[in-house]
Amino acid sequence: MTMLKTLAPYEFKSSDALENYKGKQLLYVNWERHRMFSRPFVLALPPETLFSVIIDQYMTDCFSYHPDWKQIDWSTVVWQNGNTPFTPDRNKSLKENGIGHKDLIRFRTPGLDGIAGTGY
Amino acid sequence: MDMKIAKKLGLKERYALMTRDLAWDTTYQKMEDVFPQTSYEGIKIHDWDKWEDPFRLTMDAYWKYQSEKERKLYAILDGFNQNNGHLSVTDARYINVLKLFLGSTPPLELMAARGFSMMGRQMNGAGPRVACQMQAVDEYRHFQTQIHSISNYNKYYNGMDEFAHQQSRMWYLSDGKSFFDDAITAGPFEFMVAIGFAFEYVLTNILFVPFISGAAYNGDMAAMTVGFSAQSDEARHMTLGLECIKFMLEQDPDNLPIVQRWIDKWTWRGTRKLASVGMMMDYMLPKRIMSFKEAWEMYVEENGGSLFKDLARYGITIPKCFGQTIEEKEHVTHQSWIGFYMKPEATPFHTWIPSPDEMDWLSEKYPNTFDQYYRPVLEYLDQQEKAGNRYNNKTQPMNCQVCVSTMKFNEPGDPMEMCFRESTYKGEKFHTCSDHCKEIFDNEPEKYVQTFISSHQGLQGNCEPDGADVNAADFKPGQNMLDYWKLDKRALGDFNGSEDQANFAKWREQATKN
Repeated sequence: MTMLKTLAPYEFKSSDALENYKGKQLLYVNWERHRMFSRPFVLALPPETLFSVIIDQYMTDCFSYHPDWKQIDWSTVVWQNGNTPFTPDRNKSLKENGIGHKDLIRFRTPGLDGIAGTGY
Repeated sequence: MDMKIAKKLGLKERYALMTRDLAWDTTYQKMEDVFPQTSYEGIKIHDWDKWEDPFRLTMDAYWKYQSEKERKLYAILDGFNQNNGHLSVTDARYINVLKLFLGSTPPLELMAARGFSMMGRQMNGAGPRVACQMQAVDEYRHFQTQIHSISNYNKYYNGMDEFAHQQSRMWYLSDGKSFFDDAITAGPFEFMVAIGFAFEYVLTNILFVPFISGAAYNGDMAAMTVGFSAQSDEARHMTLGLECIKFMLEQDPDNLPIVQRWIDKWTWRGTRKLASVGMMMDYMLPKRIMSFKEAWEMYVEENGGSLFKDLARYGITIPKCFGQTIEEKEHVTHQSWIGFYMKPEATPFHTWIPSPDEMDWLSEKYPNTFDQYYRPVLEYLDQQEKAGNRYNNKTQPMNCQVCVSTMKFNEPGDPMEMCFRESTYKGEKFHTCSDHCKEIFDNEPEKYVQTFISSHQGLQGNCEPDGADVNAADFKPGQNMLDYWKLDKRALGDFNGSEDQANFAKWREQATKN
């Protein structure tokens, strides 16, 4: 239950409500144990965007700076949506993959733990 | 004829006449209608006269002391400026400390001035009203003197001229902006705990040590003098914050859980805000004073620890986040610097990789973490830069919904894992960086759903420079952030190869050679 106390009615909209993105939704992506990227990145994309676009375009653009990127064996990658494990289908859309507004996609690359195994 | 000379008033009488004696209770309107803010937060005050004035200062004496301080300060600033003092700092990298400080601190001093002006109106006891009024003037003075001391550098170095525009817009300034917005939109008692106690009392040394001592160690007499000029004010601010805590706790036992929740909240919010200050100490000062870790141990763990022992008689316990801050002191500055280093086109100050001897200093100061987690990546990035492949992460960040830091902190107990927390409110997901920020969100979600997150606003199309055609076929929201922020292109990029670096070297040579 809220602990907010106010002198007058207090109702304000969320700054990041889905309708503010005009047909797009927010998506966050994080490569686990590769903290050289400091934090996840955020995108605004239509829910019809194919998951392959996320990997081939956005993730590649950002993460290929890391020497581990080209070592990835994609058949072993472990995916999570938030804290829930899931298996994305490259050829399906965000929506078909069950990815909603402000979901955080985390992926792990077993055996690849960053520069000198430091998590970076 | 004998003259009748009125006896000069004693200090105590004068103080009474000039403060409490000037206050009155309203009769045309009910007191609770004139001062509604002091009851709605749930704090119960039975007798405002029990407020002990922590310092007896009247306005006339206040003006006298302050003007004396100003005269000394501006004499030193003039001397420093006229003698090209900017060329006497240790190394041109130091100027980036001032750039970061200018964007992040004076605007918050101004917010503090506004906050304490509001407190001066909202509190219905004469004692706290007078004290808040003086503190408001102090904060305004700090806001001005900080800007004045740095303005001379603005004549010579890039990236300082748009700090006021950038303050409420740029990603890395959002943590401080949100900190004060949160405090000032709370009620007066929460504001006093937030700013007067948690920030000014528990955490202020962490802000002032790197700034004042850092300036002194690095030859910046201007910034150092501003710091000293503010210190006696700070001493007053600390006693006011502490007095307010004690007053609330002495007035009614029901106040304890409310005050405790605020202390927990604001100690954590302040800690998050100080991550970038720690980064100045460990990475940006060419000549270092002490590590952030050492400062944390001395000022927060030891001094803060004994303060909370003292407050235990009122039932106050050490802030919930204390354990986590002790674990994080080994990590946050390194994590912050990597986060800034990778964005060379998104700050009006330069970043760089520490030199080999500076890395050795970090190894010595952080024997438990630096070599294990942070040195290898910094050395890798150094090699990349030297090979012409300087790191530039062009993506937009994910931020915490409460502290608005980028989501860069590790899971407690595991420095290799990122920490993410999530809440759902009215069907929408909200992400936070820690258990403490999540708890703050969950306690008052109505407030934090409004958070301004720069990257999100950009993607909504709300961060476009004047003249951008948002209806053009190729318009992509958020593509013009640099222009929207009014970032000086000369101020971007690595320190190595920057105009500041070249100019400083050239001018210093002119000053010392034929």
